[in-house]
Parts: sequence; C-alpha cells; structure tokens
Amino acid sequence: MNIPDNLLFAASHEWAKVESDGSVTVGISDFAQEQLGELVFLEVPEVGRELAVAESCAVVESVKAASDVYAPISGKVIAANTELLDNLGQVNTDPYGAWLFKLQPANKDDLKALMTADKYKASFA
Amino acid sequence: MKTTQLNEVHRAAGAKLVDFAGWEMPLHYGSQLEEHRTVRTDAGMFDTSHMLAIDVQGEDAREFLIYAFANNIERLADTGKALYSCMLAEDGGVIDDLIVYFLGDEFYRVIVNAGTADGDLAWLEALRVKKGAEVTLNPRRDLAMIAVQGPNAREKTFTALPELRAYAADIGVFFGVQVGDTFVARTGYTGEDGFELLVPGNTAASVWNKLAAAGVRPCGLGSRDTLRLEAGMNLYGQDMDVKVTPLESGLAWTVDLKSPRDFVGKAALASKPATRHSVGLVLPPKGGVLRAHMVVHTPAGDGEITSGTFSPTLDRSIALARVPVAVKVGDTVQVAIRDKKVDAKVVKPPFARNGKALV
Repeated sequence: MNIPDNLLFAASHEWAKVESDGSVTVGISDFAQEQLGELVFLEVPEVGRELAVAESCAVVESVKAASDVYAPISGKVIAANTELLDNLGQVNTDPYGAWLFKLQPANKDDLKALMTADKYKASFA
Repeated sequence: MKTTQLNEVHRAAGAKLVDFAGWEMPLHYGSQLEEHRTVRTDAGMFDTSHMLAIDVQGEDAREFLIYAFANNIERLADTGKALYSCMLAEDGGVIDDLIVYFLGDEFYRVIVNAGTADGDLAWLEALRVKKGAEVTLNPRRDLAMIAVQGPNAREKTFTALPELRAYAADIGVFFGVQVGDTFVARTGYTGEDGFELLVPGNTAASVWNKLAAAGVRPCGLGSRDTLRLEAGMNLYGQDMDVKVTPLESGLAWTVDLKSPRDFVGKAALASKPATRHSVGLVLPPKGGVLRAHMVVHTPAGDGEITSGTFSPTLDRSIALARVPVAVKVGDTVQVAIRDKKVDAKVVKPPFARNGKALV
C-alpha cells in the first residue's frame, strides 16, 4: 500500500496535501481506492461551498458501491476536479494524483487533527 | 465457507475472493471492467461450480417435472433441449429459477442456484413424496461447472478441448450434449454465445488451465453480474424471490397459464393479476449509478430498483425495477439517488447482447 510521507490522512481515508499557498488539496487514499474497486462515477463539491470538518461533500462510486468522501478539514471549496469524471481510472491507478477538490482552510488547527503518514501507516498494523 | 474444486486455481491466479451464498468465489482477477469487456468481445470463463446439477430420473420424471415447474417441459421434444423455468410455491412465489435439460424419456438434468440448492432439493423431495412419484433426485456435487462465454468462446473451447468439437460444434442454442465425461451446453448467463461445461470435479482444474492456455480469460462473479444485467436476465434473491411472482418479475414469458396442465402455483397466479411488473431503467451518461433498493417515483406510485449497476457496454447506468403496471416503456420516472431525484428512462430489457448496445 502506497502512503506518501508528504501527505496528511483522515481516519475516513482521505488524503490532504498542504500546498505552498496555504490551500489544501484532497483525494482518497490508496487503501480507499483498493477497498472500493474500479471507479465508475464520482461527484465533487461545488466551488464556493463552505465545508465543516467531516462533512460529506463528494461521492466516489465503484462497480461495487457508492462511498461518501468527507472534508478532512473545514474550509471553502476553491477548486473541484470535474475533469476526473472522464478519467476515473486515475483514482485507482494514481490515487495521489487524482485530486477531488481544493480547500481554503477556515481553521489551520484542523490540520493538527489529521494523521501523519507514519500514523496512518500504523493504523493498519 | 464452502469452496469449489477450482478454489486453489483462483488463489494462484490472484483472484479477489468473496463470500457468495456461503461459497468462497472469485469477485474478479484484477479488473472487473476488463473481464466484462473481454466477454463481450472475445472469451471469458466463470467458475459456476457453486451451482448445483440435480439429475431427475425414473419412470415418472416427466410427469413430476411437468407438475413441479411453471414453464412447460412438454415443450422439450428433442433430446438435449433445455428450458428456462421458475419453480413456484403454492402461493406463486418464486422458490428458484433454473434450467432443465431433457436428456432422455426418464432423465432430466436441472441446474439450480447455489444459495437455494438445499432448499430446492428439500422442496422437490417433499413434492415427490406427496405425489408418490417414481423418481430419484440425485444432486451432482461431484461435478464442477465452467461457463465459457463470448463471441470466441466456442472456438477457443474447441482449441482447448479438441475432443469436444465433433460432437458439440453443431449443437443449437439452448441444447446440451454429453461428450465422454463432459456435458456441453450452449447456454449461459451473459447474453453472449458460449458453452456451460459440466465436468468431473477432479478434472476441473485441468480443464480450466487448458481453457486459459487457449486464451480464455478467467472472470469473476462481478463481471458475471454486470453481464447478466446488461443481458436483461434476473438474479434470484435480488430481482425475484419467494415473496414475488414471476408475473411481477419480468418472467411472464416463462409461465404457461394457457395449457390445461396443472402445476404448483398455477391457481395462485391465475387468481391474482399482477399490480407491478419489472422494467428496465437507463440513466443518461455520467448521470450517476442506479443501485438495488433505490426508490422509483412514478405517477402511478412508487416502485423499487431490484438490480442496478454501471453498464460498461452502454457507458451509463442501467437497472431492473419493479414498478406499477401502469408504467410503460418510453416513460420517464424519477429515481431517488441520495438527496437527489434523477430522471430515468423506462426501457425494455435486454440492454446489451452479442457485443452490442440495444437501448
């Protein structure tokens, strides 16, 4: 299982990357895509939407089932990867490249509640 | 969990194994979508050994099955011919759906579902006692079953098992023939041409490996489910069960209410006209995914999706739904997907067969 060191993780298996401009990019982890199986549909949140921590804001659907994606931190959606719907396989083959949305954090402290890569790895032990 | 004679072969091939009706079965071998497309364009194979063949033999075999099954086996005149049928309870509920092969005047072979097999045997045995029928019911757990499906399935089967060609090359659709210790039937559950092979369990791995060497791709139950749904075929336990009748399940064509013959469930079906029926639903491309148990809103009342999936052939979502009989092909209905109501078009299944989209 691939767990990059430079990312933070939520217990619900989203990854979060803090960008140099302070925004946070969000996707689902390698574990999450593996559990789901091949993706056939997804929904991303609308740009401008304000999200609370752990708010359901996107849906990824595989051949097997639909699964909610939760906001790892609170904030405003500043970008959504609508092009991913035409390239769903990327979520399975490159889960850390296949970002779903970007947030402008409302509260930087939210990041402290996320797991580091090491902690996320340890959660599978 | 129960395992088939091919369990070790699946493990060695890296299959993702899941519990299906108490059996440990392959879901896929890496990519369900690729397996699906391979069956529509080339040839794939499925381990269906969890299903059960029951040999019904004896002087009353014919009379017994005429009474036991909702479809009329009197229609089976030619040796080897097969018939799809439901087996009903007295109240018209579907105990199981099955395929019956006519193998001789006193010899029929019935293939039933895995999850219902034990119950089917008990039901048939009780019926045998009640009717005092001179038949034996022989469950053939000694046999393994491999379904080889796709436009190239038959040719690749003959490459793998050349001894079958002389006897099985010319059999018609929905016919079976015994060739040595292999029963070859031109049937399946995918909407493609192909064979279902019944072989002695101890040769199953060898047969499977020969087929793989001939270029037949191992496929799991995941693609089997999307293929059968595209082909508009019901899955027992999902699209019908003992609580609904075949008339409510898109299976009126398999029920013979016109002939004078009596069969279990006939009186119940004749006395209560269906208020619901089964239809196909299609979403627009990128419109979401229909799933079983979603509510279908129609002007005539609510219905429910019984099977829904993403169709790789149509590149959109399709479903079977049980809705009020007033809902007709061509109508638009609304399906509740999470917090949204999505328009779906009512169509007549099948959705896809023989490699082609049909809706």
